[in-house]
Amino acid sequence: MSDNDFRLKGSVVTTVLLEVKSLNLEQIELGLKEKITQVPQFFNQAPLIIDISQCSTSISLVQFKDLVKICRELGLAVIGWRAVEDAIPVWRFDSDLPLLPNANSRQINIKSETPAPAKDPHVVIKTVVEEREVFQPTKMITKPVRSGQQIYSSGDLVVLSQVSAGAEVLAEGNIHIYGALRGRALAGVKGDTSARIFCKNMEAELVAIAGNFMLSDALQKIIWKDAAQVLLVDETLEIASL
Amino acid sequence: MAKIIVVTSGKGGVGKTTSSAAIGTGLAMKGHKTVIIDFDVGLRNLDLIMGCERRVVYDFVNVINKEATLTQALIKDKRTKDLFILPASQTRDKDALTKEGVEEVLNELSKDFEYIVCDSPAGIEKGAQMALYFADVAIVTTNPEVSSVRDSDRILGILQSKSRRAEQGSSPIEEHLLVTRYNPERVSEGEMLSVADVEEILAIPLLGVIPESDAVLKASNQGTPVILDTQAEAGQAYSDAVDRLLGEQRPLRFTDVQKKGFFKRLLGG
Repeated sequence: MSDNDFRLKGSVVTTVLLEVKSLNLEQIELGLKEKITQVPQFFNQAPLIIDISQCSTSISLVQFKDLVKICRELGLAVIGWRAVEDAIPVWRFDSDLPLLPNANSRQINIKSETPAPAKDPHVVIKTVVEEREVFQPTKMITKPVRSGQQIYSSGDLVVLSQVSAGAEVLAEGNIHIYGALRGRALAGVKGDTSARIFCKNMEAELVAIAGNFMLSDALQKIIWKDAAQVLLVDETLEIASL
Repeated sequence: MAKIIVVTSGKGGVGKTTSSAAIGTGLAMKGHKTVIIDFDVGLRNLDLIMGCERRVVYDFVNVINKEATLTQALIKDKRTKDLFILPASQTRDKDALTKEGVEEVLNELSKDFEYIVCDSPAGIEKGAQMALYFADVAIVTTNPEVSSVRDSDRILGILQSKSRRAEQGSSPIEEHLLVTRYNPERVSEGEMLSVADVEEILAIPLLGVIPESDAVLKASNQGTPVILDTQAEAGQAYSDAVDRLLGEQRPLRFTDVQKKGFFKRLLGG
């Protein structure tokens, strides 16, 4: 057995959920068609889950398969279905599609850009976004970051040495520099406005937090060649001594 | 196994070839069998500084291309025992250097020599990367001015990321700072960076400070490594640097402004 051949990983996919309220297949087909023509690129081969838990009548296997056929003909990729836990149809193992568990997930209603015409009462389309917190480890750099080098951390970044002029350090979180900062430091690059930059000796070419930046000319008037932290207060950069 | 020393800087004209010639000669004078290789293919200079330009028959590229053997290409220095020069080709460009070819030549030289000094071309492109790739020790030559210091910083980054030692994850290249063309008077007038400034920015140990000196230009034009000029301050400073490279302690000289004597002041000299 070799570990190089494959890897098993968890993954989160945004899917479209089709909640069936009453089993009127013609109406559902018409309604779906209308929705799809509004944003065709969104629905093209979009993974779809059919949810029959809110359906007022029970569904036979034939009806279910017809519904699946309709969805597929409209270009949707049906990947599974859901039902109320204590009312799962008897044909559950004959549907050829996996029965998915009901997730306690956040639901976001998709708003179409054009005002929706006469709403179809039978079809409600919802996107389900399942969020998972992923631990982002701190990146630790023990040697000087030299001119021309670029360091990126998807979490915090700690530099135990200096950052030379012409070097660039970027982090999605905070940046700590236990030496002179002579190059560029950009914290919160993915938009985290609470990120900060700390350094023992401020001589930076540029500092930035979540896209708000300041150049050395401005820095020299506030704190220069001294310990400093950079933070964002009401979308304005503040340089404070440490 | 020979120790491979690269003399590099990033910036051109800071004294890499002068330093390679001086340090290579210094090591040989101390009884270590040394070869200096000119990696500046297309801009061959080392042979001029060493005064052996009329004895070049085969070159480094000929050896890589197996058009000549190492023994045919190596030039034995006439002044210093245990010193050899492997000149660069003047008619080719840096693309003539291949990693495999360079490695083969270095392996062959390692059998006979104690030190291999690689005189790097300027820049950070192929030629410079070839010169530093196999190095065990790097002598970063820097002039006390901002552009030279920044280029040296850049080359230090390349030493740490693109050398064989970095790629194989073995112990990093030993880095030394050599400050050349140092003029204490101009430093005291604030026209030049001080040794302390350069050391602070580059954060690597200092190997030596070579004072700016007319003797360097004179030596270059005569084809004599300046280290052989024992009267000149630059020659003495290179001797100190070689001693430090071999692990000896030497106090730093020629870095302070020399007070003019009474007569000099009187005569306005």
